[in-house]
Amino acid sequence: MARKSNQVSNNEESILESNENAIFNKETEGLSQGQIILKRFVRHRAAMVALFVFTTLVMIVYTALDWRIGDPRNPRFTIPGWWRYGFEDILDLTAEGCPEGTLGCPTIDFVPLVDGDGVALGQHPFGQDNIGRDYFALVMRGAQRSILVMFIIGFIATAVGTIIGAVAGFFRGWTDAVLMRLVDFIITIPVIIIGSVIGFHFGNKGAAFLALLLGLFSWTGLSRLVRGEFLTLREREFVDAARVAGATNRRIIFKHILPNAIGVIIVSVTLLMSGAILLETALSFLGFGVTSPDVSLGLLISNYQDAFTTRPWLFWYPGLFIIAIALCVNFIGDGLRDAFDPRQRRRLSKKDKETARQMQTRSEVV
Amino acid sequence: MLAYVVRRLGALVMILFGSSFIIYNLTAISADPLEDLRNSTEPNRDQLILNLTRDLRLDLPPPVRYFVWLRGVLGVFFGRADFGQTREDQPVISEIIGALPITVRLIFVATIVAIVLGIGLGITSALRQYSRFDYSMTFFAFLLYSLPIFWVAVLLKQFLAIDFNDFLVSAQISLPAIIFASIFVGFFWASIFSGTRKRVLIIFGVAFLGNTIFLSLISATKWFLNPTLGPILILLLGIGIAFGITYLSVGLENRSALKSAVFSATVGAILYFPAQLLLDSNRPRVGLLFMLILLIGTALLGSLIFSRIDRGPIIRTNLITVIIVGLLIVVDKLMQSWRPYLENDEINFRPVSTFGQSTAWLFEVPFWVRSLDIVMHMILPTIALTLISFAGYIRFSRGTLLEVLNQDYIRTARAKGLTERTVIMRHAFRNTMIPITTILVTDIASIVGGAIITERVFGWYGMGTLFNKAIVSFDLNLLMGVILFLSTLAILANLVADLLYSVLDPRIRVGAGK
Repeated sequence: MARKSNQVSNNEESILESNENAIFNKETEGLSQGQIILKRFVRHRAAMVALFVFTTLVMIVYTALDWRIGDPRNPRFTIPGWWRYGFEDILDLTAEGCPEGTLGCPTIDFVPLVDGDGVALGQHPFGQDNIGRDYFALVMRGAQRSILVMFIIGFIATAVGTIIGAVAGFFRGWTDAVLMRLVDFIITIPVIIIGSVIGFHFGNKGAAFLALLLGLFSWTGLSRLVRGEFLTLREREFVDAARVAGATNRRIIFKHILPNAIGVIIVSVTLLMSGAILLETALSFLGFGVTSPDVSLGLLISNYQDAFTTRPWLFWYPGLFIIAIALCVNFIGDGLRDAFDPRQRRRLSKKDKETARQMQTRSEVV
Repeated sequence: MLAYVVRRLGALVMILFGSSFIIYNLTAISADPLEDLRNSTEPNRDQLILNLTRDLRLDLPPPVRYFVWLRGVLGVFFGRADFGQTREDQPVISEIIGALPITVRLIFVATIVAIVLGIGLGITSALRQYSRFDYSMTFFAFLLYSLPIFWVAVLLKQFLAIDFNDFLVSAQISLPAIIFASIFVGFFWASIFSGTRKRVLIIFGVAFLGNTIFLSLISATKWFLNPTLGPILILLLGIGIAFGITYLSVGLENRSALKSAVFSATVGAILYFPAQLLLDSNRPRVGLLFMLILLIGTALLGSLIFSRIDRGPIIRTNLITVIIVGLLIVVDKLMQSWRPYLENDEINFRPVSTFGQSTAWLFEVPFWVRSLDIVMHMILPTIALTLISFAGYIRFSRGTLLEVLNQDYIRTARAKGLTERTVIMRHAFRNTMIPITTILVTDIASIVGGAIITERVFGWYGMGTLFNKAIVSFDLNLLMGVILFLSTLAILANLVADLLYSVLDPRIRVGAGK
């Protein structure tokens, strides 16, 4: 009996396998490569959730505080944020509703039913730090810095890494040798070491400048990947065709080969960015990154790690924001990888199996 | 092979030269050790500036200074290396010799744990593709990817160290905790051995009950206050391990392998008694070595007695079995020191330490108590480092195994009628290991970075602390020393991985010409 049912399922599997290609081909009929990738990406549920959460986070974080354009002390122009406090305002510490002996505890209320108040932010949702600054505003500011650093590092590393990898892979020979030795030199030093050296000396010049310098040392992994991709792609026929048609090297690199390598680049960049946010927070934690009076999530954790037993919220919220941002970026990267991977097959759903069975019966009838 | 290693070592020297040149100049240009003095108001300011300039050779431009430094370092080849002095006039090399073993110990243990756990979980996850276990592992791995290590470290300090120490006061596990843990364990096993609903329920029930009984026993006997394994438990565990290892390596149907593994485990457990004498002697390290020789002898003997043909895999099985049994004996030995350790005045019943690499004031204690002290200090940093690095192994081994399982030779192996175990362990697993060696290398570099942060959080005096000190005090010689050793470590790991490559994959012949 068991054997028979096994046979049946085997048979069914082979039906599915034979029609699998047909299903997938039908799905992608008449679509361009970009559309297929977009479709696959949209179907990746975790990535879509992550993308949504990330966009929301970015919007909340960047609109919360006032934007001051010009000198921060005496702004020429201010765009007001939706949150009532700034991250530099020093307020009175409130003890309202706090456990015995603590001041400035969080007023956020997640659980609607426990005390009947419903979900509410309250006066200081994340509490206050020890001199009375609103912790929500501080965390928002820290998240702004961290996201900014993440994007700048990502942008610079992409630009430098792609160009160097492309040049090395395309021209080969001594150009390749020199560039790849340079990569070897940088890649052997742990990133955190380079970061600390840079951060300690340039951290006080602002988060953007720090990110710029960090970006100049984070491109090595990407450039190796791009080089590998170029080494294979440059041997393909379409490159020969372009060359015969008289295209210049620059045109071949940017118009012909690079679009074919874009998948590898995008995926690697998202992973690099999630690494970048962890790098920035780690450096700030060590004291080699963003320094006070500016705020970063790592710096907040570093400042309040000893307060964990008495006032844990000072430790929880910045950490949760780091995790949320990094997790979202990682999931988006995963979705992109699946979308760009031509071998990637999604799992057959019940509906697909149904379609396959119908196709099978139809072919049997015919 | 030798030529290849020599060539690689040559390349290593070149790379070290390049990276140290970059980092030296970067630091020298960006840092100004005179800055403090320039702003100072001391009367002999100019004299101080002159002295410092002379000491640190600030009169030379950075690239030239680099070669002055390099001349000292290149002395390695003539037997008199000179890594310069720190700002406190200590030789850099002696500082590093003190700190390096501490960091290497941390990195080594964390890497091993991460590899074993990560590959294990990754492979299970791949074999159960698209199951609940697989999805939760994927999520877990992504979560670990996104965790900042310093944050995890502080959490571990609170929830593992302080709470465990508080728990030791009574050493009794509360009923809700037991039930909660058992439900978790039940879900874990049920999701791995998926199948029909009935089967899943049975597995869940067995795991749940087993775990509940196990934890209740531990709680009732206050095992944590007086932990011990004893020869009988070692024997039982050893036989279980013999079955498990045999199952994984050659399959239980190979009777002679099973017999010889059980034989080795039993003899290993009997060796418990002479081992006590050996380990209690006043030269415990020699005792350990002697025990190891005895155990290996047992393994070889076992395979000679029980097998006639195809001895290779059986010897391997036996060796793994006896080494695990040996580890159990050592763990038991450490457990025997638990009580004296707890009662020590410096420890005072709070064994899991959150600070430092060992208790400094632990005088005149036996070797095993001291070892236990080191182990207890290592627990938290190792967990922190392992947590952030094994996510990579989970993801990567899962992906690689899935790819390997799609290959034609797997289909061929199945078509030949090999058992699923042989297909997975011999054909798929070995080929999965090859790409994994490549991420081992990148992982070592990142784990070194992680170690720097971990040492900071847990107050270890290792390379990370030296590195911090060097940056903050503009100590270029110390900084270069630290970086040189850490990058050498990373590159040597790279070399080892390349050699492993050729061991794992006979198609790759290192050094086989260009």
